[in-house]
Amino acid sequence: MELTPDMRNEPTLSLRVPVPRARPGDPVDFSHIKPPPAGAAPRPDIREEPGAMRDLAFTLVRVLNEEHEAVGPWDPKLDPAVLRRGLEIMTLTRAYDDRMMRMQRQGKTSFYMKCTGEEAVATAAALAVDAGDMCFPTYRQQAFLIARGYPLVQMMNQIYSNADDPCKGRQLPVMYTSKKDGWFTISGNLGTQFPQAVGWAMASAYKGDHRIAVGYIGEGSTAEGDFHAALTFASVYRAPVILNVVNNQWAISSFQGFAAGESATFAARGIGYGVAALRVDGNDFLAVYAATKWAAERARANLGPTLIEMFTYRAAAHSTSDDPSRYRPAEEPQHWPLGDPIERLKQHLIASGEWSDAKQKTLEKEAVEAVRAAAKESEAVGTLGQSRPSAKTMFEDVYKEPDWRLRRQRQEVGV
Amino acid sequence: MPAMNMIQALNSAMDVMLTKDPDVLVFGEDVGYFGGVFRVTEGLQKKHGLTRCFDAPIAEGGIVAAAIGMGAYGLRPVIEIQFADYIYPGYDQLVSEAARLRYRSAGDFTAPITLRTPYGGGIFGGQTHSQSPEAIFTHVAGLKTVIPSNPYDAKGLLISAIEDDDPVIFFEPKRLYNGPFDGWHEKPVEPWSKYDLSDVPDGHYSVPLGKAAIARAGDELTVLAYGTMVHVAIAAAAHAEVDAEVIDLRSLVPLDIETITESVNRTGRCVVVHEATRTSGFGAELVALVQEHCFYRLEAPIERVTGWDTPYPHAFEWEYFPGPKRVAAAMRRAMGRN
Ligand SMILES: Cc1ncc(C[n+]2csc(CCOP(=O)(O)OP(=O)(O)O)c2C)c(N)n1
Repeated sequence: MELTPDMRNEPTLSLRVPVPRARPGDPVDFSHIKPPPAGAAPRPDIREEPGAMRDLAFTLVRVLNEEHEAVGPWDPKLDPAVLRRGLEIMTLTRAYDDRMMRMQRQGKTSFYMKCTGEEAVATAAALAVDAGDMCFPTYRQQAFLIARGYPLVQMMNQIYSNADDPCKGRQLPVMYTSKKDGWFTISGNLGTQFPQAVGWAMASAYKGDHRIAVGYIGEGSTAEGDFHAALTFASVYRAPVILNVVNNQWAISSFQGFAAGESATFAARGIGYGVAALRVDGNDFLAVYAATKWAAERARANLGPTLIEMFTYRAAAHSTSDDPSRYRPAEEPQHWPLGDPIERLKQHLIASGEWSDAKQKTLEKEAVEAVRAAAKESEAVGTLGQSRPSAKTMFEDVYKEPDWRLRRQRQEVGV
Repeated sequence: MPAMNMIQALNSAMDVMLTKDPDVLVFGEDVGYFGGVFRVTEGLQKKHGLTRCFDAPIAEGGIVAAAIGMGAYGLRPVIEIQFADYIYPGYDQLVSEAARLRYRSAGDFTAPITLRTPYGGGIFGGQTHSQSPEAIFTHVAGLKTVIPSNPYDAKGLLISAIEDDDPVIFFEPKRLYNGPFDGWHEKPVEPWSKYDLSDVPDGHYSVPLGKAAIARAGDELTVLAYGTMVHVAIAAAAHAEVDAEVIDLRSLVPLDIETITESVNRTGRCVVVHEATRTSGFGAELVALVQEHCFYRLEAPIERVTGWDTPYPHAFEWEYFPGPKRVAAAMRRAMGRN
């Protein structure tokens, strides 16, 4: 007689739903994060087969040790001037974020998003690639744009949707665009731009160019089909692209377990596609720089894509519409075991005799001052609602040439 | 009866259905512990348990597909897409799969899923938090499309949608969540509690799909509206000094053609309004239907007031939004009272 499942005396199935280690009111628990010592991860030759470097998808590439020294094979041995430049950009980015957040609170704009705690991810990468390389960012890589020298005033004009806004008042704040600075226009729809970065890189390869693409996606958004399309296309066409997953642990209120981060690392997703994969301490400026440089060299040598998981922490709220104390312990950010990227680079520079606390204080003051000066200039043009491009521009750029419908609709508005 | 805003009414509908039917479950991005970015699912996980209201990976295609699979098993999933603007990765699963499961399997498999999603503008959300994509769903055979305009209907229609055996796309006008909005955007927001339609029974009741409501009775002209635009149309009638009958369609598919026909045949004039872009919008369907059913009773061309054929621009929200002035002007044109 055949046994039916009920007769087999087996436990019934049960649906599993992930639960983070700590919610508001619980003690912070990062005990599962065991960072390997700095300098421990090997640095393969760029010609190494992806299959021979699988371990790098499960560890963390780290350069800065507890004594703030740069150690191990990934030490990029950077000129102190580059390190100081990195510190400057990160400090400026943080000051910019703080001010724009306050401006939103004061009603001068509708929305803002900070990248606090993640500044190294974008800053070090921007300094490690070439000026002509194209960045396909998410909304949390403002430091990359700042590193490219894009004027803060222009960024603020976008935030305020004012008459000088390069996006002509059409886009939500922080969705900057600047082709000339190698910065692809941000969409707001998650994941969509990751495979577009691959397409751009394929075009560069097709044209026999030297430029590469750098794409970004949040760990939460790796659940989107577009993430997998990006990896498939990158693998199939060996596209010269760096695909960064910024694992900042949280996607609004959802911890990385909802993107299957408990079962495997995000870097490990590359392995199944035969794509070289690195997992990097994203709060270690030197590690981010070194990993990006390595991936860029591989891409430029026609050796194909690299997937990099930037392991970091979203220290601030998701956006001005969010209150993280509703879903994670309020003191969680202070306990992040990989520290703060600005503090760590600062300590490294001090330890190598290139910097001091006093110099950092001055740098911070100068950053706040630079942001204030830019804000003054931008606010002289106007904040949201006070100033904006001519209303007729809302009918432009839908197509290259407006058709009769748009012309008639524009007339109806009387502009 | 307690006064509820739209968020509370929708929450109550899911609460009632989770309590009543063990096969109902609710999931979507950030809907579990957090209770959703608009707090519509607040408290449901705590009350009904982790496996009945939970978070989903950020994969709208996956969310819809998983719901279809659950429906095939026999569950009644209620899924949330965080903003209608983010529904497109799930579009293939809705159009090619959910909509046709019943037809292609000759009723062997069905997709009794309810997809809830906030839509519409008026919150300075820019092009990715303001869209009204209802027409790309009404165009698809096999999907139902529902849009409430007040707390009472929101709860009753959501319960009907969950109990319905076909896939229902349930658009929630986000600008109405906390209070009615008539398009005079400089006026302060009034809470729902000041309005009769915030009297929402605690328990189970339903508002049938496919039955329109007369939101304002009138004799001179008929306005066909849904969602936020119902309130705008009522304000416009006052502004235009036209005794308009405002029909709140409540569900676009199925559509209450009898109520529409009766009203337009009586008034002889019709204005169709929606916030979505104009070209191929649901208004085009309504205009065609009125023409088919009421042509010989029409005394003026049918007017159509809609969003422009552009994306929703952040800084030009109120130029884009078809507010009471534009609707009133159309009413006066239809009355021949320029
Ligand atoms: C297709 C799509 N779905 C949902 C959203 C709403 N949304 C905006 S940000 C966000 C969380 C993204 O998390 P993650 O990818 O981890 O990036 P992070 O914000 O942490 O940098 C969600 C769900 C969206 N913008 N696009």
